Amino acid sequence: CSGPRGSSAQRGPHPSAFTPVNGYLNGYLRQETPPSFPGNARRPGPCVPPPPSPPRAPLAPPAGPGPHPAPIPLDFDISSPLTYGTPSSRVEGTPRSSARGTPVRQRPDLGSVRKARQVDLHSDGLAEDTVATEQSLGQKLVIWGTDVNVASCKERFQRFLQRFIDPLDKEDEDIGLDLNEPRYMQRLQEINVVGEPFLNVNCDHLRSFDENLYRQLICYPQEVIPTFDMAANEIFFDRYPDSILEHQIQVRPYNALKTRNMRNLNPEDIDQLITISGMVIRSSQLIPEMQEAFFRCQVCAFTTRVEIDRGRIAEPSVCKNCNTTHSMALIHNRSMFSDKQMIKLQESPEDMPAGQTPHTVALFAHNDLVDKVQPGDRVNVTGIYRAVPIRVNPRVSSVKSVYRTHIDVIHYRKTDSKRLHGVDEETEQKRFTEERVELLKELSKKADIYERLALALAPSIYEHEDIKKGILLQLFGGSRKDFTHTGRGNFRAEINILLCGDPGTSKSQLLQYVYNLVPRGQYTSGKGSSAVGLTAYVMKDPETRQLVLQTGALVLSDNGICCIDEFDKMNESTRSVLHEVMEQQTLSIAKAGIICQLNARTSILAAANPIESQWNPKKTTIENIQLPHTLLSRFDLIFLMLDPRDEAYDRRLARHLVSLYYQTEEKMEEEYMDMAVLRDYIAYARSYVNPRLGEEAGQALIEAYVDMRKIGSGRGMVSAYPRQLESLIRLAEAHAKVRFSDKVETVDVEEAKRLHREALKQSATDPKTGIVDISILTTGMSATARKRKEELAQALRKLIQSKGKAPSLKYQQLLDDLRAQSDIAVTKEMFEEALRALADEDFLTVTGKTVRLL
Amino acid sequence: MLFFVAQNAPNSDWEKKVTEYFKEKLKENNATNWVPSLNDVPVHYLKPNSLVKFRCMVQDMFDPEFYMGVYETVDPNTNARVLHFGKYRDVAECGPQQEIDLNSSQTVTSERQTFYCVPVPGESAWVKEAYISASQARVSPSTSYTPSRHKRSYEEDEDMDLHPSKQKEQHMGSGGDIHGCVEAKRLETEASAGHHVISPNCSPPLDLNFPLPGEKGPACLVKIYESWESFKVNDVLEVFGVLSVDPVLSIVNSEERDSSSLDPMECMDTMEEQRVHSPPASLVPRIHVILAQKLQHINPLLPACLNEEESKTFVSNFMSELSPVRAELLGFLTHALLGDSLAAEYLILHLISTVYGRRDVLPLGKFTVNLSGCPRSSAFSEHLYRLIQQLVPASYHLRMSIESMNHSRFIPHKDYAANRLVSGLLQLASHTSLVIDETQLEQGQLDTAGVHNVTALGNLITWQKVDYDFNYHRMEFPCNINVLITSEGRSLLPSDCQVHLQPQIIPPNMEEYMSSLLTAVLPSVLNKFRIYLSLLRLLDYSISDEVTKAVEEDFVEMRKNNPESVTADDLHKMLLVARWVWCSCHPSGLPSQLQLQPALALQL
Repeated sequence: CSGPRGSSAQRGPHPSAFTPVNGYLNGYLRQETPPSFPGNARRPGPCVPPPPSPPRAPLAPPAGPGPHPAPIPLDFDISSPLTYGTPSSRVEGTPRSSARGTPVRQRPDLGSVRKARQVDLHSDGLAEDTVATEQSLGQKLVIWGTDVNVASCKERFQRFLQRFIDPLDKEDEDIGLDLNEPRYMQRLQEINVVGEPFLNVNCDHLRSFDENLYRQLICYPQEVIPTFDMAANEIFFDRYPDSILEHQIQVRPYNALKTRNMRNLNPEDIDQLITISGMVIRSSQLIPEMQEAFFRCQVCAFTTRVEIDRGRIAEPSVCKNCNTTHSMALIHNRSMFSDKQMIKLQESPEDMPAGQTPHTVALFAHNDLVDKVQPGDRVNVTGIYRAVPIRVNPRVSSVKSVYRTHIDVIHYRKTDSKRLHGVDEETEQKRFTEERVELLKELSKKADIYERLALALAPSIYEHEDIKKGILLQLFGGSRKDFTHTGRGNFRAEINILLCGDPGTSKSQLLQYVYNLVPRGQYTSGKGSSAVGLTAYVMKDPETRQLVLQTGALVLSDNGICCIDEFDKMNESTRSVLHEVMEQQTLSIAKAGIICQLNARTSILAAANPIESQWNPKKTTIENIQLPHTLLSRFDLIFLMLDPRDEAYDRRLARHLVSLYYQTEEKMEEEYMDMAVLRDYIAYARSYVNPRLGEEAGQALIEAYVDMRKIGSGRGMVSAYPRQLESLIRLAEAHAKVRFSDKVETVDVEEAKRLHREALKQSATDPKTGIVDISILTTGMSATARKRKEELAQALRKLIQSKGKAPSLKYQQLLDDLRAQSDIAVTKEMFEEALRALADEDFLTVTGKTVRLL
Repeated sequence: MLFFVAQNAPNSDWEKKVTEYFKEKLKENNATNWVPSLNDVPVHYLKPNSLVKFRCMVQDMFDPEFYMGVYETVDPNTNARVLHFGKYRDVAECGPQQEIDLNSSQTVTSERQTFYCVPVPGESAWVKEAYISASQARVSPSTSYTPSRHKRSYEEDEDMDLHPSKQKEQHMGSGGDIHGCVEAKRLETEASAGHHVISPNCSPPLDLNFPLPGEKGPACLVKIYESWESFKVNDVLEVFGVLSVDPVLSIVNSEERDSSSLDPMECMDTMEEQRVHSPPASLVPRIHVILAQKLQHINPLLPACLNEEESKTFVSNFMSELSPVRAELLGFLTHALLGDSLAAEYLILHLISTVYGRRDVLPLGKFTVNLSGCPRSSAFSEHLYRLIQQLVPASYHLRMSIESMNHSRFIPHKDYAANRLVSGLLQLASHTSLVIDETQLEQGQLDTAGVHNVTALGNLITWQKVDYDFNYHRMEFPCNINVLITSEGRSLLPSDCQVHLQPQIIPPNMEEYMSSLLTAVLPSVLNKFRIYLSLLRLLDYSISDEVTKAVEEDFVEMRKNNPESVTADDLHKMLLVARWVWCSCHPSGLPSQLQLQPALALQL
């Protein structure tokens, strides 16, 4: 129902003989809101509908008889400040084409609530100054209440459009753009070809080009954006004079830096241009909003139009033609409406502080932006923040002292639509400050970064170092490879892990930890979940009666990790869903007429108990797990978490747990820091590091695979398939990612091999019988760990010797010194072990908190 | 009507002075007791715009509001302009001859936050009674008659609330005034003192969104003006503020619809949302908060804040008689548990346990006890709960049955149509005792909701967190709830410790037995029990090295003897038991080994 306005419309410049000030005032008079003249006692409160005061302005519609009075005076955009313009805007010509068929279209997004600045000439001394300046200085005029000079603003924006080049800044929509040419001129060309009259302008670009113009845009969007429109149209119709668009180009700025988070909105943001991110939770039906009412007198058929003013239409009580009272009737068909939609936006879960409920904010979308977003979408919204008083009762003058706030949407940017193509790079890039990146890079150079990160992972869980390493590699993932051109589609880059073992070996805890660590994690239990809950189901929306696809855990954890506890308790049909997900990384749905394939590029971390609930060492691995072979082979790593039984291990475990329970706050804090760094480290590596296989590494992989095939012929072993080779490649890539290396080298392959072997405890398996030999496991320490321990003891001895003759040392002091000089992370436990080793050599004794030399 | 008119330019200082003034005043000799509390006085007995207090839990947080901090009115006849303050009120008032100038350059927009607060869920009757008896405030129905003397004091109160500049002058005088006038009121309304726990007329159509069914008391929209970021959902607060029950607030509800459909602002919210966010003020009063503080506990027998000097002496006094109290409590609980002293020992540990920290995902300190072997026939669980209710400040008895699991709402979820968090059974404040009665559970089929509910209970017990359902995603809310499960066999829910009840006596009439048990305890002793349980939970401990060493040794020893059945999980449990055993007889400093050994032995 919203049609373009009359074709003879002229936006902005209005032929008028008035002085600027008069023109300005006339603008207000047109709205029938008397400005507060000095001594004007009749200031209608805003809650009262404006009294149908007789038109005082010379510009009022001519009160002539006839059904179609000349509509011209009504058709300029009174919401535009340009109407009240300054001499400069008056002097410049209209975009030529406006006469040729590209009509102006009102922008309700800029003025749906006409919160026009009111000027009290009497009380505001400045006003008179301005009047004087306007008359005397001509070109230096500014719009009321702002420091915006239309002419210079327009000129500067045109300069921006014509000259802005940033070859480094690449955005998704930039397909087909030559980055070394002015970006926005190419956009205008695109508009000419495609015919979509919207020009999206990245505020960040504007800011780097013209800081001051950017500031004006942020502070006075209602005034500046129309100026931008005008500027863009001038350039456009200069270049493409023959082009006919649906309506004139509207500029849509986005990515304003003003506010990113809903929680930071405060009264200072009112009427400013802001960008916030959030999730759409509800959208209303389309609301036709009357822009202009058409009234006809029942008696004499005289017609008149009344514009909306602050959300109200003032019905004329008297016919101006025949003076009959209450004879004017509204003619719906000839009134003008614009589309409008109310949308509720809720804070994204990431932005929410712990323990608080999310905030919401109302959005109003107009015209083209209606129905652009659906509930559940993640969006970045750019718009103007508004606050309007709530009227308690139109007939009572008191006002509820609260404002209703909303945002008039100017631009939407869906943040999750890109997930169809790949990782959301923009948001992740933004997250790292330069210092952070420096810190991460610094970390990546450490020789033992792999061990360090593995240590930082779930510190409350004791040992199981290899499992932690495996999970670490899973968190990093392999490199994504595209083989679509050879017909095989995407290769899976995600690593799947199955943890299997005795009850009470903190499998669930590990899963919970991972689920809490990754941003897009899902946690589900095999016992409680159905195939539908994992995949997706079709639901009828109670409101719209539309069929809606509701996604399940697997789809939700796209690009994340799906943790499935009690994998063994999951029923057969549910498990079968995983086949497709775990290899093809997609999910096909054919249900209730909806046939589609969703992406589910998720890593799976599953935990299962052995079939007899306790691991039976007499049985082979396969017999113990009892999962279908087809599914097992899709796991890159299958870890056995067994409970080794010997005193030394018990003692270490006991000490670890005791310290866990009785640790001081301070130490806990320290650990927490580690978790944040770990999270950033992973996020950074995932988005920036994409290692490729080197020549040597390739060779090493081939050898490893051949070896595996040879061993695998034994009974009860998980024998090697090409899948296992792919696993090795993924693991090696992930390990290279840990090092922030762009090339997969032999070290990576070695580690991948070791882990893969370690995973199934094949190193501990008697190949003849296929039985896991627990006694091998209980020796506990790996060769590298033993070596490291010795080195640390030596380093400590050197440190103490370098201290000279001091007979006793403070325990904490020593630990700090050692930490400072060591290039590996020294935990308290490691330090104590080293001390004990030295004590065994009769080099020192430890009494309480002091260390004595012997 | 009274309204405050600022003749001078607004002074930004006054806001700070108001809070400081009230903070000072409320510190003075039990001044807090003189402030009427919404918890025990029905709303219609309280004067609008007077100072009230409210003890509550934050159930939901609404969006921040922008309001007119300062606004200007104009008299259309004389064109006289007057500035007003908008803080601590809902409606921008102006005289009959005046209009508000919305476009005035003097207008200051400020921000405040609204919390939807409900009385502390599951608050025990004895807590309520203790607060009521401590309260010195007596109020009369404000509607009917107002004697002349009352009238005067009314105005003075008003001045206090809304007249900051005057306050500064009256600084010394008004403190005495409060006492004077409240005293006067008390005389007038002595008769009505009995009516305290009358709940306001909760008409069924408006769901007040209490977490637990059958709760009474007013819900309240609490408007917070400063540092609202520090409060979280499920925090227990005590707020002091200005009561606002302006009927205009309700008009918003009823008339908004028909006023004008063309107003773009009014189609913004759905009907449900309006009902929820601006309910009738008579049902859900507003409090404009001057002072708000988080409560560590709601036990009226303890000093409100344990870190202050006076409370330290209280604590040390109590500590000196800790051992006898513990012994008596043990005896009491042994009787309650039909003579099983071991189970009683565990019950004490359970009741004083609390989550004192979290290590990555692992909550430390929670101690869920599964009391199995409960006799099913004699409603033992029911009676046991009644005893526990007498001991702890907040509790809830959850009777598990197929029916209740399938049909009740455990997890709070977000209702997007009304834009609020619809509460569930598991939205409880910290330190609430949740007694789950599994003895009533029959065989049957759980539906989806039932499975979700059981999972939620499991999560609550294992991780001490509840995943609130936000439809598009879930949000994890950590909690600190003591869960006790009574069952016949081993419970289907996880627990840290299973104790099989071994009754020594089977009383023929359980009800008689239990009630006689309660009456046998002197009220003063009962109070000691209450203090004991609340206090020990709040104290900080440091555990001596010997204890930890002992635990370590024991563990290694046990593993040696019995490698099959002792796992790391058992060590977790042992450490927990050790901690709480140590806590329960804290200052006596008994040789740890002696205390620990029986507990550990019994553990297995």
